[in-house]
Amino acid sequence: MRAVITVVGKDRTGIIAAISQSLADHKVNVQDISQNVVEDMFAMVMFVDITACTVPFDVFCADLDRIGTELGMQVHCMHEDIFNAMHRI
Amino acid sequence: MTMINTGDILETIKMIEEEHLDIRTITMGISLRDLASDDIKVLSDKIYDKVTRRAENLVKTGEQIERELGIPIINKRISVTPIAMIGATTTANSYVPIAQALDRAAGTTGVNFVGGFSALVQKGFAKGDEILIRSIPEALAVTNCVCSSVNVASTKAGINLDAVGLMGRVIKETAEITKDNGSMGCAKLVVFANAVDDNPFMAGAFHGIGEPETVINVGVSGPGVVQAAIKRAGDCSINEVAEIIKKTAFKITRMGQLVGSLASDRLGVPFGIVDLSLAPTPAIGDSVARILEEVGLETCGGCGTTAILAMLNDAVKKGGVMASSNVGGLSGAFIPVSEDEGMIAAVQQGVLSMEKLEAMTAVCSVGIDMVAVPGDTTAEVISGLIADEIAIGVVNNKTTAVRVIPAVGKRVGDVVEFGGLLGSAPIMPISTKSPAKFIHRGGRIPAPIHSLKN
Repeated sequence: MRAVITVVGKDRTGIIAAISQSLADHKVNVQDISQNVVEDMFAMVMFVDITACTVPFDVFCADLDRIGTELGMQVHCMHEDIFNAMHRI
Repeated sequence: MTMINTGDILETIKMIEEEHLDIRTITMGISLRDLASDDIKVLSDKIYDKVTRRAENLVKTGEQIERELGIPIINKRISVTPIAMIGATTTANSYVPIAQALDRAAGTTGVNFVGGFSALVQKGFAKGDEILIRSIPEALAVTNCVCSSVNVASTKAGINLDAVGLMGRVIKETAEITKDNGSMGCAKLVVFANAVDDNPFMAGAFHGIGEPETVINVGVSGPGVVQAAIKRAGDCSINEVAEIIKKTAFKITRMGQLVGSLASDRLGVPFGIVDLSLAPTPAIGDSVARILEEVGLETCGGCGTTAILAMLNDAVKKGGVMASSNVGGLSGAFIPVSEDEGMIAAVQQGVLSMEKLEAMTAVCSVGIDMVAVPGDTTAEVISGLIADEIAIGVVNNKTTAVRVIPAVGKRVGDVVEFGGLLGSAPIMPISTKSPAKFIHRGGRIPAPIHSLKN
């Protein structure tokens, strides 16, 4: 099972560190990251494996949401199924 | 392992965050056909027990899917077998206690509406039908979550004019008995032609007699997404607009299909259909009227409105059909006036009239929906309005409906507030010339010639 995490907001230090720490804490493995900064705006898309996640998926999402609020960034974590359903036939 | 394109990911998030994409409803249909008793109290208790048992996990499961997928699921609802058929086993002369049992069941399960306080009388009244219809005003006044519908006509049976006449009086009575609440009872009452068995949307949902024991039906929405996609396309031909709508409807429907199949799996209930209706809400950016204006109208209701709506309705179906294993329900574009910010504005500007709305219903799903008229409108005029709308459905082989609110004490220019998804309705002018002689003739308008298809 995989999920997609997106992080968007004004660039600052410690964004990837904070998100990655939460992933490691919950035994969520990062499979791919694409990240860039355009004129101070930070944007990142991560593909993660949530098969071994130690908490229910919604609890994990809520934790990322909390970190997003602390960082002042918009963080979304959604199950991969939704994207496959909408964008693949 | 394929990675999903970043553009697609951002598009989906944008649809949900900014363009009001959501699952409008997961509706669980529950058959009550195995319940009977000559004592209405006993029957009501049986109904409460069955509904609360079957729908025990509906809200919880819906909320879980919502959190997991990150898709808002706005409503969780229940539809039941038309109560007239179940109530007929009792000796009671009012089915209000059953409505109250359904209302309690809604409270216990946490759903926001229960549909099915209904009767199907297109060809005539069986035992129970008239009792149910006469119970409607009180039932809607003493409950919060119960919705009622009456099918008065079909292409196969013709139009039951006695029922049309009766419904005019029932709507007036419902308005009167709920007048302290903006005649709110009428917002929960629909008169149908060709009602469908698997509609997940309220107020017209009921669990049809050909349906399985229990079923999950899903209603998707997304007028805002369609409008935004057309806006992004800028200047292009109408064929291209139709293509954009199709593609957008496809994506929206795929989401409904995913949510429906997950809910069905987890609840152990068969998956029925996805109803791919564009259902507006009073929120800015979630309006069907604004889609029509985006395509190229100064104001919804002006000349050109019907043509664009016809194209929209058709394109939504074409896009949605391939996205779901089973498409059903009403499927198309809804035009409930009080629930659509752009429709309200068009009425207030004097551009969208009752006559134009009637024309629009000939080319989209449902009909004269959530329209408020002056409180002194007579029962016969309301019956005449119903008869006209129902005739459009019967002759065109489609569902049409009337959900009209003769708001007690209100006049043209006033606004009646319902709150929430039901919105607010400006009082619309309606012809006061009387069709009383026609309505009082009674009887049944025969089925049209093209009903003879065998």
